[in-house]
Amino acid sequence: MATNDIYNKEYDVIIVGGGATGAGTARDCALRGLSVLLVERNDYSTGATGRNHGLMHSGARYAVTDGESASECISENMILRRIARHCVEETDGLFITLPEDDLQYQQTFVEACQRAGIRADVIDPEEARRIEPAVNPQLIGAVRVPDAAIDPFRLTVGNLLDARLHGAETLNYHEVESLIINQNRVEGVKLLNKLNGERIEVRSRVVVNAAGIWGQRIAQTAGVNISMFPARGALLIFGHRVNNMVINRCRKPANADILVPDDTVCVIGTTSDRIPIETVDDMRVTREEVDVLLKEGVKIAPSLATTRIIRAYAGVRPLVASDDDPSGRSISRGIVCLDHAKRDGLEGFITITGGKMMTYRLMGEIATNAVCAKLGNTAPCITANQPLPGSEEDGPNQGDLTKRYSFGQRAAIGRHGSLAARIEKDNDIDNALVCECEGVTVGEIKYAVHQLHVHNLVNLRRRTRVGMGTCQGKLCSCRAASLMGEFNHDVKRAQEDLAAFLDERWKGMRPVAWGDTLREAQLTASIYEGLCGLDTAVNLQGKEDVQ
Amino acid sequence: MAERMQLCNISENNFEQCTKCSICTTVCPVAAVTTDYPGPKQAGPDGERYRLKDPAYFDKALKMCLNCKRCEVACPSGVHIADIIQHARMDATLGKQRASLRDTLLANTDLLGTVANLVAPVANATLGLKPTKAVMHSVMAIDKHRTFPAYSRQKFTTWFKRHAAKEQDAFAHHVSYFHGCYVNYNFPKLGQDLVKLMNAVGYGVHLLDKEQCCGVALIANGLYKQAMRQGRTNIDSIRKSVTRDNRVVLTTSSSCTFNMRDEYPAMLGIDNADVRDSINLATRFIYKLVDEEKIKLIFKQDYKRRIAYHTACHIQRLGWQLYSIEMLRMIPGLDLVELEQNCCGISGTYGFKKENYELSQAIGATLFKDIADAKVEAVSTDCETCKWQIEMSTGLPVENPISILADALDVEATRQANNIK
Repeated sequence: MATNDIYNKEYDVIIVGGGATGAGTARDCALRGLSVLLVERNDYSTGATGRNHGLMHSGARYAVTDGESASECISENMILRRIARHCVEETDGLFITLPEDDLQYQQTFVEACQRAGIRADVIDPEEARRIEPAVNPQLIGAVRVPDAAIDPFRLTVGNLLDARLHGAETLNYHEVESLIINQNRVEGVKLLNKLNGERIEVRSRVVVNAAGIWGQRIAQTAGVNISMFPARGALLIFGHRVNNMVINRCRKPANADILVPDDTVCVIGTTSDRIPIETVDDMRVTREEVDVLLKEGVKIAPSLATTRIIRAYAGVRPLVASDDDPSGRSISRGIVCLDHAKRDGLEGFITITGGKMMTYRLMGEIATNAVCAKLGNTAPCITANQPLPGSEEDGPNQGDLTKRYSFGQRAAIGRHGSLAARIEKDNDIDNALVCECEGVTVGEIKYAVHQLHVHNLVNLRRRTRVGMGTCQGKLCSCRAASLMGEFNHDVKRAQEDLAAFLDERWKGMRPVAWGDTLREAQLTASIYEGLCGLDTAVNLQGKEDVQ
Repeated sequence: MAERMQLCNISENNFEQCTKCSICTTVCPVAAVTTDYPGPKQAGPDGERYRLKDPAYFDKALKMCLNCKRCEVACPSGVHIADIIQHARMDATLGKQRASLRDTLLANTDLLGTVANLVAPVANATLGLKPTKAVMHSVMAIDKHRTFPAYSRQKFTTWFKRHAAKEQDAFAHHVSYFHGCYVNYNFPKLGQDLVKLMNAVGYGVHLLDKEQCCGVALIANGLYKQAMRQGRTNIDSIRKSVTRDNRVVLTTSSSCTFNMRDEYPAMLGIDNADVRDSINLATRFIYKLVDEEKIKLIFKQDYKRRIAYHTACHIQRLGWQLYSIEMLRMIPGLDLVELEQNCCGISGTYGFKKENYELSQAIGATLFKDIADAKVEAVSTDCETCKWQIEMSTGLPVENPISILADALDVEATRQANNIK
């Protein structure tokens, strides 16, 4: 899309933030017939959306402490099973009681679940061991709930795709530097194009701030104060699945008490620490966090002690002061929608925040309702009933696979649902594997690069899982970089991209770099630096990190 | 702390030690000749992560694996790649449809042997006939190019009981012999050669209480339950031989040996830890006796042959080809050519199947050319199925090292040198 087109247009709504909430809001607005522009300063789903467990909560975790969140979760959980089938794996979950836990809590927990409308079946520990062999065999109690696994990257892309299908425009790597304000009215945004350094102004009737923890800064540029309370959570990714059901501890929420099977890996988390707002961009995981996660993790599934950890990562939950209280004394985990006209006397500006990735759709609905109220649009919300692109009933099935090389094709259906039909698979080259760990083919890379807003290898990873396997990009990154270089006719850029990608992969490996993960990293370094001289060909120093 | 907790992070089937270096794929004989097979890394450690997610990710291409174990030999990280692939095949097979008649017949080498021995002349003639081959090719999907190894009129065990058993107790030392199906039904001479050789150096040879087919072909054809039953019977007999009679168990087939030592625990869950070290290939056992100067071997002065040695896949996995080669080198008149280590492509029953014939021959092509270039009169190898493949594909006779040693041995001189009366 040429910049001129955006410059000359006035949108009904500009949405700031390309996480699940922003994408969900963009989709809802577009489905209700509004003209929409979504802007994201990095890549889509780089913030809290892409930095959590990948857990589709049943709501059980919040049942005892926050009944309202629990009810929202179970309701959205059931909706996502319908509309986002290709992002969801219906694993179910266990809440286990260990000998060190109070079995009395189970009763409280089950009752709270029932109040919130969450199915919670108490099962025998023996039965729990049978249905989930990875569980700590010493458990003394177990409750089965409808938890599931969800892929937040796919979910976000699915929403963006549908928004675009309905006329929305979306831009990644466009940062909002400030809002355009005219007589107490927000009339658009000033954007910095981070890929080419260009600055542009885009106008709209309403601006929705869906920037998560970074929303505080967006609001500040308009002189509006929102008090965010960043809560940081660290997680560990293991090299393969040890469990096929979500496993939670049945106790008051604490550190590292959820283990989620996500696609080919499993993830233990999280820690929870309040951090100063100035440090929200520092996602480095500390040694102490790794220690806590592993120490607690092995209590859930003992085999984690002997399973390779491939990465550590951290995210920041955007907890926010509720009740339009700028002082920030009362904090909510629930959804917060602020109409700044009522709250601060600034027209045309709405902030949607708080909540959870799990409730992104509801947040989108609430924000869109607020937008529509301002614009006089009366169209009803249909996002709860209309499947996302990829989740339609008539997707490709096993019969559509070619006889040869079906592995990558099957993996692609797992990732893209019915959209996998758009991936070319009719010749050997398109079926050739780029990423062997995750089964990503040349055809899938082509599809992602051409249709899913991919500017670099990290974007590509979020769309396809390239480089997410145990080798963390060792084999696939150079192949993918070569393809990108071919598509863009730019070898130099592909080289830099390759170096940046490997650097990004190493950052996540570093906190857990011992044993096989260290050997893996060492071999990668030997190949790219020792053998290919990538470090001398490309100098990353001083380059802005636009991942 | 976390680091210490994870000092030995070795998961159950250890695929996480794989650093994706891909060396295994470079040595895979199947991946070298066809792009239909994704290679051991993808089929093994990579695919395993997906199969843990959902068994439906099992890829039929895994059936193309020869289980030659060359990937495991090459792996610098000690990953049991072929075992992972075999287990995936096992998981995909167990509880599903039964093995085909063809696979069942090919796998049941001892059942087939027992029947065929009774009617050996007829069986041999019939199996060699073009119409028979045509029927087997089209109905049974056994490739028409293949000839079943000829069946012997007399089983090795029958010969042994009639002609050898009585004399064995007189020797000062004793071993048991796991002869295997090939020696028993097709080629008793190899067993007779072993008895001749061992007797000449003062060792009595004995049969096990009960021996059944080791099951290597059963595993390859998905008949795991039967393989487990037979494996347990064999290990029980071997245990009796070792603990009750104090006799180690010798073999003359590298595949039987490898199967009973390593596949029993890895694939069939049979615990053989107490007797594993007592299952030994005859050439290795004899080499050590010579090396420790416990016995002497005297060879014929007029023995003159030029022979090429082929390293079978399973002996390579054991790392024992050295013993066979060094034994052959002891024969003064033997001009030995050591061939490059390449798979012959037969992989037991694999090459017999119609769908695998071309692949099997393509895999073996390098080896066949090397043999032709070596200008030898015969080939030696420790594996009977390599023997069939090389004989069919090169026209040269193939002999087990034990047979060559027995032929070259000056029995009288050897007996004297070892003070055997």
